[in-house]
Amino acid sequence: MSKAVLMQGNEAAVEGAIAAGMRFFAGYPITPSTEIAEGSAARLPQEGGKFIQMEDELASIAAVLGASAAGMKAMTATSGPGFSLMQENLGYGAMAEIPCVIVDVQRAGPSTGLATSPAQADYMQAKWGTHGDHPVIAISPSSVLETYMLIIRAFNLAEKYRTPVIFLMDEIVGHMREGVELPNPNDLIINRRKMSFHDGANKQCYYVPEGQYVPAMKPFGQGERYNITGNAHDESGFPTNSNEIAGKLVGRLLDKVEKNVDDITRVDEYAMDDAETAIVCFGGTARAVMSAVLEARTAGKKVGMFRPVTVWPFPEKQLRARLPQLKNILMVEHNHGQMLLEVQRVAGREKPVCFLGRIDGTVISPQDILAKLSEMEENHHGE
Amino acid sequence: MSNRYEMRFAGSGGQGVILASVIFAEAAVISGLKTVQSQAYGPEARGGVSKAETILSREMIWYSKVTVPNFLLALTQASLNTYSKTLSEGAVVMIDDSLSIPENLDPTRVISIPILQTAKEKVGKAFTANIVAVGAINKALQLFEEKVLMEGVKRHIPVGTEEINKKALSAGADLITPEQTEAFRQRLG
Repeated sequence: MSKAVLMQGNEAAVEGAIAAGMRFFAGYPITPSTEIAEGSAARLPQEGGKFIQMEDELASIAAVLGASAAGMKAMTATSGPGFSLMQENLGYGAMAEIPCVIVDVQRAGPSTGLATSPAQADYMQAKWGTHGDHPVIAISPSSVLETYMLIIRAFNLAEKYRTPVIFLMDEIVGHMREGVELPNPNDLIINRRKMSFHDGANKQCYYVPEGQYVPAMKPFGQGERYNITGNAHDESGFPTNSNEIAGKLVGRLLDKVEKNVDDITRVDEYAMDDAETAIVCFGGTARAVMSAVLEARTAGKKVGMFRPVTVWPFPEKQLRARLPQLKNILMVEHNHGQMLLEVQRVAGREKPVCFLGRIDGTVISPQDILAKLSEMEENHHGE
Repeated sequence: MSNRYEMRFAGSGGQGVILASVIFAEAAVISGLKTVQSQAYGPEARGGVSKAETILSREMIWYSKVTVPNFLLALTQASLNTYSKTLSEGAVVMIDDSLSIPENLDPTRVISIPILQTAKEKVGKAFTANIVAVGAINKALQLFEEKVLMEGVKRHIPVGTEEINKKALSAGADLITPEQTEAFRQRLG
């Protein structure tokens, strides 16, 4: 008998989150993320945690931020329509520096769209959905096991950088079942936010030592009283109208990600060493891309896969490093061309970038990709 | 078995075709095979077309969707008409005997048996039709040992329903003749 268990992507998100220390979930169930709420409702009480079904998505993320400020590792899960509703407080979480994980299991939109069909069209929303310049970390898994492992990483990054992390799944992975062998919990690395128990004027709640970017977190509701706000604030957490302080604050928030991009960014490359064509993809699309790459390689074509695992910040440096060897790039994603814009920005005028997208709620197949590769060969200036 | 054995289960929402698909995936995991299971359905809780897929392989399965199934279960005429158009060569099709075989389908590759009626009358519960089908499919294709299949069923049914599901599994197996098993068995490598 094998040690593997049959598990769905959404179930793996719950189990991974619990392994990462998630003990609070607030959400409003929505297809195709519902199993994450269901699983959290079943599992959290067993782990001494709390599950709350809220009245809507605005309340869900508000409850998550509150729980996290009070010291819990907290998460919510939703899909496009709910993700739209969460945007305002997502920005609040970034501004007030409250760690949390927001799972978006993407489905076909816009609006309520095709509730049960896959898409990856929230990619740009994950970056620009909430207003104002703000730090964004988003991670996208492409298998059930990776969902488990990466949601732990999502919590770790949220805790380390005190910022909301978006776990950008899609229906393909969320609703897919695979046999997985989960790692021994003792082998996992689990981060916890840096805490500050020092009181007094020199150790204010948003005090950041010179050369650092992330303030240690004071336990809210214990010891010294302090203020949390979405307004521009000084180190005490109280609002300020000082342009200097506001500019410094937002700069530091952005620096948390920009100055640590090498720590945050991960890519998965397959057969890229001698590749002349790179197929760029993320999330569930990688399944079809891998099949296509294997088949193209069998036919002697020098094709490889370049998959951003951290999808925000976009792994610009890693893709740039591959440019000299490439003849062209093919972006494959289940949307009208979103990560495409990032790839084009990095490739500039150096390399032609072709595109294969899908917006009808069906899944791109390896045959679609192979046909596109043949078309690119015939017309090797790309599109 | 070739590198990839693709199974598709189609019917109307509420008939349990997703569970049937999950049980074969579970049996695969228990047996140490690679498997990917997925489904597509409409927003309704009941009714509408429901389709589930299980892929079995000894190797890593990348593309997670079925493209040319080696096996199709169809419990409604609409799903049979739709999915009988895209089958691999030599595919086995199992249908409820209340359905009529479309012209494009080779009738010698079709197993037409009273799945829905057996669930209702022999097992006594119409909702066990999916488990009756699972029993019949495994008997015809010989994919998994009986105890492995039963373990797969057990992991996905409510406690206390083991007996009726066991009954449904064997009632399904009884619908298959030794000649059918001989004709349709798959080689598991």
